Amino acid sequence: MNAPSTTLASPTRNPTDWKGAAMQKRIAARYAAERRFRLLGMGAVLLSAGFLAFLLFTMIGNGARGFTRTEIALQIDFQTAPILIDPATVNAQSLAGANLQAITAQAADKALGAGGDALISPNAWLTVRDAILDNPKVLSQKITLSLPASTGIDLAAKGDASETDEAAYARLQQSGVVSTGFNSAFLSASDATDPTQVGIWGAFKGSLLTMLVTLLLSFPIGVATALYLEEYAPKAWWTDIIEVSINNLAAVPSIIFGLLGLAIFLNLLDFPRSAALVGGMTLALMTMPVIVIAGRNAIKAVPPSIRDAALGVGASPVQVVFHHVLPLALPGILTGTIIGMARALGETAPLLMIGMRAFIATPPGGITDPATVLPVQIFLWSDEVSKGFIEKTSAAIIVLLAFLLAMNGLAIYLRNKFEKRW
Amino acid sequence: MTGPAILLLLLGLGVAAWVSARARATRLQTAANAGPARGAMHSLPSYHGWYVALWTLVPALLFLAVWTNVMPGLVTESVLADPAAQSLPSDSFGRGAILSEARNIASGKQAMAFNPAAQALVEPYRAATSKFGTGGVVLALILAFAGGAFAFTRIRPDFRARTRVERLVMALLLGASLLAIVTTVGIVASLLWESLRFFSMVNPFEFLFGTKWSPQSAAMGFGNEGAFGAVPLFWGTIFIGAIIAMVVAIPLGLMSAIYLTQYARPNTRKWMKPILEVLAGVPTVVYGYFAALTIAPALRDFAVAVGISGASSESALAAGLVMGVMIIPFVSSMADDSIAAVPQAMRDGSLAMGATTSETIKRVLIPAALPGVVGGVLLAVSRAIGETMIVVMAAGLAANMTLNPFSSVTTVTTQIVQLLTGDQEFDSAKTLAAFALGLVLFIVTLLLNIVALRVVKKYREAYE
Repeated sequence: MNAPSTTLASPTRNPTDWKGAAMQKRIAARYAAERRFRLLGMGAVLLSAGFLAFLLFTMIGNGARGFTRTEIALQIDFQTAPILIDPATVNAQSLAGANLQAITAQAADKALGAGGDALISPNAWLTVRDAILDNPKVLSQKITLSLPASTGIDLAAKGDASETDEAAYARLQQSGVVSTGFNSAFLSASDATDPTQVGIWGAFKGSLLTMLVTLLLSFPIGVATALYLEEYAPKAWWTDIIEVSINNLAAVPSIIFGLLGLAIFLNLLDFPRSAALVGGMTLALMTMPVIVIAGRNAIKAVPPSIRDAALGVGASPVQVVFHHVLPLALPGILTGTIIGMARALGETAPLLMIGMRAFIATPPGGITDPATVLPVQIFLWSDEVSKGFIEKTSAAIIVLLAFLLAMNGLAIYLRNKFEKRW
Repeated sequence: MTGPAILLLLLGLGVAAWVSARARATRLQTAANAGPARGAMHSLPSYHGWYVALWTLVPALLFLAVWTNVMPGLVTESVLADPAAQSLPSDSFGRGAILSEARNIASGKQAMAFNPAAQALVEPYRAATSKFGTGGVVLALILAFAGGAFAFTRIRPDFRARTRVERLVMALLLGASLLAIVTTVGIVASLLWESLRFFSMVNPFEFLFGTKWSPQSAAMGFGNEGAFGAVPLFWGTIFIGAIIAMVVAIPLGLMSAIYLTQYARPNTRKWMKPILEVLAGVPTVVYGYFAALTIAPALRDFAVAVGISGASSESALAAGLVMGVMIIPFVSSMADDSIAAVPQAMRDGSLAMGATTSETIKRVLIPAALPGVVGGVLLAVSRAIGETMIVVMAAGLAANMTLNPFSSVTTVTTQIVQLLTGDQEFDSAKTLAAFALGLVLFIVTLLLNIVALRVVKKYREAYE
């Protein structure tokens, strides 16, 4: 053993001097490179997470104020006001023509001084109307109402407005008539032209209706497709085509689905424009591949022994699948469905294509009524010039993100609760 | 009778059919079991129930579906045959307006008529609608009873009800999976059809290679010549989606994947991976708003401060940066998968030779995983160029061909949105151009995906 190694070792070559200064320096450099690389990796992770934190922080910082609104307490004396209504016939229609705008403006001028009219929201008379509808007796009384302040005062109360508004707000504060509180109208109202009056209920209801259509269409079709491809499909050229088209559909940009919806559903089949029905159908086409792919993975995870056992005791192939495979795969399919639905809920571009970007001030009553959805509402508000819309947009984003978080949380919970290792 | 009421009635009939058929089959089964040939019943009683219920429901529902589409035509025809319709104007436009007004009043959508001719037609409309509506319901009910009765007479111990029902189930499953093909064909057909109409007005070569994009001037009647050159759009799309976004996403995504798979403790990985994945789950409209509200003004101020000319409040950089962040999880999870697919032996071999972890990653893991990473990047690019809301909200509308990231550029998707919202006259070159752009986008993303998947697959095979 000893002899060959002595002949192999070249006489001119010295063994590496690991303790030497040059080698130590080299090793130190390599270790430094190692540390740098590691730090770089950590930096990348932190930078990405930091961006997410920054985004959420900005949205919450801007949006938290969107949930509050400033109100001005105003005394209105209906006895002396020039109201054009008979107290016996009070209803929404008769009040619309009862000169309430002018009465509210006069009361504001009287209570807050000249120009007081400009300090309350132009739609403040709606609150007065609702108060009268609630209790028609106030028409013979002198009452104090909390009316929404104008956008300028609202922004001044939140410390972000022009100097004149700030000064007006300071005066109002001295007289002690302003208060800032939770804006419940934001959750119950719909779109409006005035940022102090807007709410997300209309868009939210539109989103719910659209999601309902999407779910009812994409879930059964997606599950059926997954079952067919995974359990029954023969190996043939046309099943290959089905597989390829599903994989491609999952990668097609969402706006292309919007073009499809516009060309086929609206122009060819003449469905109602801007309706939750068409939006839901378009999103269902987009969500279906996601459900199919998740469903196939869940079905694949059911071990063959279960199928064999069922077939062995005499079940037919259809019975095997519907009595045994499908119930076992369902948690996985549901997880995939929820994730697909969350994606559809945040989708904007295809819905713009089919006209869901109209100004809609009343919540949709059904799936064929003109509607808008939360993400599109966010897009529309982001285009508004008025500064008061910034906080409303961010507040709507917070609501949307909270919903997505809840859906994804549900998906993770389902996965953890029902996940089986076979 | 209203639609939901009819459906409920039919559904009730279906349930009744199911129950009675099952009861009869159960009696037959008991009799068969008591007889000399035990187990002579082919199908379980509930399958007989399903068989009869389906025969009750399916023909009636199919008939109703056809009837609701045919009925308006029949109603209109019978109204036109009415003596009150003789005074209608002969041109189809005026006649259609009066007819639709009468229809709206008859169905209660409109309170009163503006046109006296329409008012005269309301009564015939109501009569015809109720006549054909009742006729349809009666026919549907007859069909339901006939179908149910026919199926009911077939309940016999040796009747293969299960096979029949299962055949329908299989047909439904097959039909559902064919829908994927129908959707693909629908996309291709609608894009191609509208694009061909566009290319009959605008030369395709001019569209693909022209450098001037101004659809507004074409719409205002200056002609289609030279207004639809899409190269600035293609450049803007590539600049934002394939260059700026990737400059952000590739290093961050790749390094995140490396850190989380090679260095991070399992606990850190368990927390950080889902957090990074949230980035892909944030709706794009939120990113767009963030880019337009926060990033773009900051970048413009920065550009103005350091004296870069052409700085705009809608910049390619703002859109690209935010899009890059959105893409990070894609790149990172693809890189994650491909690094995990490198055989452990290669890593162990490198470490055993005395290489540090980073040297192993740089010299062994990444070269070995490169095809997978490249495939992942191609998928990310295809996603980035199809992304719409971020660029609509942050990139602007000016069709510039510029290398300056601080100036405004426009993209294919932005222009599709721009062309198709607002006034819609569906036959103008301006509207049809959106479909031509959509076709180009569809083809490019499809090619990118095919190439990417092929690269990834080939590389997987090499190690398996």
